[in-house]
Amino acid sequence: MKHSISVTVNGVTHEASVDARTLLVDFLRDHLHLTGTHVGCDTSQCGACTIHIDGASVKACNMFAVQADGATIKTIEGRASNGTLQPLQESFKEEHGLHCGFCTPGMIMSAADLLQHNPNPSESEIRHALEGNFCRCTGYHNIVKAIQSAAQKM
Amino acid sequence: MGYIGSAVKRVEDKRFLTGKGQYTDDIVLPNMTHAVIVRSPHAHATIKSIDASAALAHPGVVAVFTGQDMVDDGIASLPNGWAIGEDQNEPPHYPLAPDRARHVGDGVAVVIAEDKATAMDAAEKVVVDYEVLPSVTSSEVAIAPGAPLVHDDAPNNTSFLWELGEKAATDEAFEKAHHVTTLEFVNQRLVANAIEPRSAIGDYNPYRDDLTLYTSSQNPHLIRLLMCAFVMGLPEHKVRVVSPDVGGGFGSKIFHYPEEVICAWTTRKLGRPVKWTAQRSESFLTDCHGRDHISKAEMAFDANGKMLGLRVKTLANLGAYLSTFSCAVPTYLYGTLLAGQYTTPNIYVHVTGVLTNTTPVDAYRGAGRPEATYLVERLVDLAAHEMDMDPAELRRKNFIPPDAFPYDTPVALQYDSGNYERALDKALEMIDYTKLREQQRKALLDGKLIGIGFSCFIEACGIAPSKVVGLLGARAGLYESASIRVHPTGKVQVFTGSHSHGQGHETTFAQIVATELGLDLGDVEVVHGDTGQIPFGMGTYGSRSLAVGGSAIVKALDKIKAKARKIAAHKLEAAEDDLEFTDGNFIVKGTDRSVAFGDIALTAYVPHDYPEGVEPGLEENGFYDPVNFTYPFGTHISVVEIDRETGKVDLLRYVCVDDVGNVINPMIVDGQMHGGIAQGIGQALYEGAHYDEDGQFITGSFMDYNFPKADALINFETDRTVTPCPHNPLGVKGAGEAGAIAATACVANAVMDALYHRGVKDLPMPLTPERVWKALNSNGHA
Repeated sequence: MKHSISVTVNGVTHEASVDARTLLVDFLRDHLHLTGTHVGCDTSQCGACTIHIDGASVKACNMFAVQADGATIKTIEGRASNGTLQPLQESFKEEHGLHCGFCTPGMIMSAADLLQHNPNPSESEIRHALEGNFCRCTGYHNIVKAIQSAAQKM
Repeated sequence: MGYIGSAVKRVEDKRFLTGKGQYTDDIVLPNMTHAVIVRSPHAHATIKSIDASAALAHPGVVAVFTGQDMVDDGIASLPNGWAIGEDQNEPPHYPLAPDRARHVGDGVAVVIAEDKATAMDAAEKVVVDYEVLPSVTSSEVAIAPGAPLVHDDAPNNTSFLWELGEKAATDEAFEKAHHVTTLEFVNQRLVANAIEPRSAIGDYNPYRDDLTLYTSSQNPHLIRLLMCAFVMGLPEHKVRVVSPDVGGGFGSKIFHYPEEVICAWTTRKLGRPVKWTAQRSESFLTDCHGRDHISKAEMAFDANGKMLGLRVKTLANLGAYLSTFSCAVPTYLYGTLLAGQYTTPNIYVHVTGVLTNTTPVDAYRGAGRPEATYLVERLVDLAAHEMDMDPAELRRKNFIPPDAFPYDTPVALQYDSGNYERALDKALEMIDYTKLREQQRKALLDGKLIGIGFSCFIEACGIAPSKVVGLLGARAGLYESASIRVHPTGKVQVFTGSHSHGQGHETTFAQIVATELGLDLGDVEVVHGDTGQIPFGMGTYGSRSLAVGGSAIVKALDKIKAKARKIAAHKLEAAEDDLEFTDGNFIVKGTDRSVAFGDIALTAYVPHDYPEGVEPGLEENGFYDPVNFTYPFGTHISVVEIDRETGKVDLLRYVCVDDVGNVINPMIVDGQMHGGIAQGIGQALYEGAHYDEDGQFITGSFMDYNFPKADALINFETDRTVTPCPHNPLGVKGAGEAGAIAATACVANAVMDALYHRGVKDLPMPLTPERVWKALNSNGHA
């Protein structure tokens, strides 16, 4: 059975009909073609699918699309405006906080959530905040530096 | 120097930072279907029958195929890419098992449906009648008499026996030894866990009779060659393999995998695109695993601590089938590295390649070299404790001296260059070693367990001279390709056979070309990962992209510059020898007459006034086959503290001095070190793949397989020495694997350094709190 939902994603409202079992991340990727939100695991652990729902970071593989009915969602595609990187994105580039880029969208969304609540986090607070976002390339070293640098700028 | 040596920010970053990267699973083709693979829940079972009728009746299902369907259609075994001796036992590996499943996760059928959820539902309805057989997962058990046979035609589950070095001379050295240090240990099985799960799309165009395969691979040309020539019998010129953005590989995406064949074969059957993307649980079961050695190693010393000999016996678990390079990893990439940085005159190693009912094992970051480094460096550290010598000084005493290069080791390699003492001294200075030992002693008086670990490593990378590896059984050449296309306006595209999946080639390679041609970085674009655009190349693994792929670019650049010089000489009415090429301009020496590279490009494509006998256009290919491996080296030192109450190991410092030769982009090199070190630390402290006694894989999710998260690591202190590689045009060696090769031994040594005075000689990895706590509490001291 299909369910009608209405969600606002990156400022655009979408009316859609989805299965009850459709995961939010699949809705974003397959229905809205917002493929910047990635799927890295089946177990809501790796954090590659992290997005913001009503301002808070959420793992989009851990939620059904129907549960997002009426929500305001922001994905990685909604961060840069007209191709201009936001300071947090710019810091990831400046500090070499990404290699293959697969974990990066989720990492940025989690880091943005952290800085929203804690504008000047310590290294240990950053590392703790990122424990639900897995990166296999960087050893996290430069991700931590990027977030510290962004905190200084913002 | 232009951009070379400069920490240029990466040009590829913007698309990843904005969610605009394009990984294989992001690609949607018109009329695309979705494949889900039915996998064996048993470690070993005969497939008595497969009933797909209920699945086929499921609404939305397009087709179901079995392994027998593929065999009946002429699909052959996936090839073994590197033979170990003429009498190696090479059992077949069909993309889907036709008659017998040999590990948990072995594919037996594929369900193709209009969408993935439907395919998953229908896959549940495929009824496979299995007759469960006895299974074996440990290499030690597998070679024992009476063990179940993984392949009936592979007696003793043995694929190969391999040895290197002089056995008699080594035995003799041990007879004369003053001291012998012995370790029996497991180098545990690991899972690479690239965060992007593997994915493939087959797209057959019946009107053109051509096939495009998109795949998350580190080497698209090799996949095309193996799939066309060995597995499917397809004409290579009608097949294009594209590896778009790839989300990490670490070796696990080198190999030709069954799903690539399944997508390529089914799209031809159906005339529609077929996509398969692994779920993480499938990645755990089917991405090739790494390591899994059981070894006995002995090192002999004279009374002064000089190494006399090294004797090694290793069982290498290859898994259920021979993956593409699985046999080279525990032999030519392992045994040849056992000299380490030392003058050990006698080395003998014997390796048994063992088949078991487990996921195939193949290269994982470092591939053989971390295993060799762990073995050598653990032995040296333990020997230092046993002989009551300082571990740094014991190493120093045995280093190959800087004036001994080129140096022939007793295990077949010729090290080209090195200065090991310089790297050690720099690392000792960075960590303030004398003071650190003092702090360690004082801490112990306060009841704190601090450990200091060393790893003085060497690797052979820049893989590899084709002639050499051909003699050793490789069934491929290991050169690299490049093509440089200068457009009429002077903008440049570089086509490289290397593949970037995080290494930043789009930046590093552009730095080389922009510097050499005197262009802005933005005027150079690097294209990789598409057999339809790029000359036949060998891809990325073995820290080879810059040393081999970068050198191929230099070869092509040399041709571009030579031709441009002819055109410039004509335009300037000067002799070629009278021209110098500086900052993108050809200048007549001693004059102010010059012509810019951009003008030459335009002239090459609008050749109205043009030198006689010169072809129009400005586009050249280069192929580079290295004359030797490259030999990055370095010293890593780590400091740990062990919580006496819990056994938890905390990293306090990690210092490394690496020598990767000349550096094009120091930011990227440091980043590669960070990532490698994190993975090496993962093996030492956190990671381990396990099967239970029934052959079930019990570490098959991120819930069960631990690897380092952000809060488990610290900032790494990186520095380098520069000893240029003497035999490639860039003087570079490679940086991708060094961290992973060095770090495991380094951290394990630090933990054991903290525990040695408690009578603990060795512990199995990963050094979990439980293991460390038990060791602390087993002798009544805690």
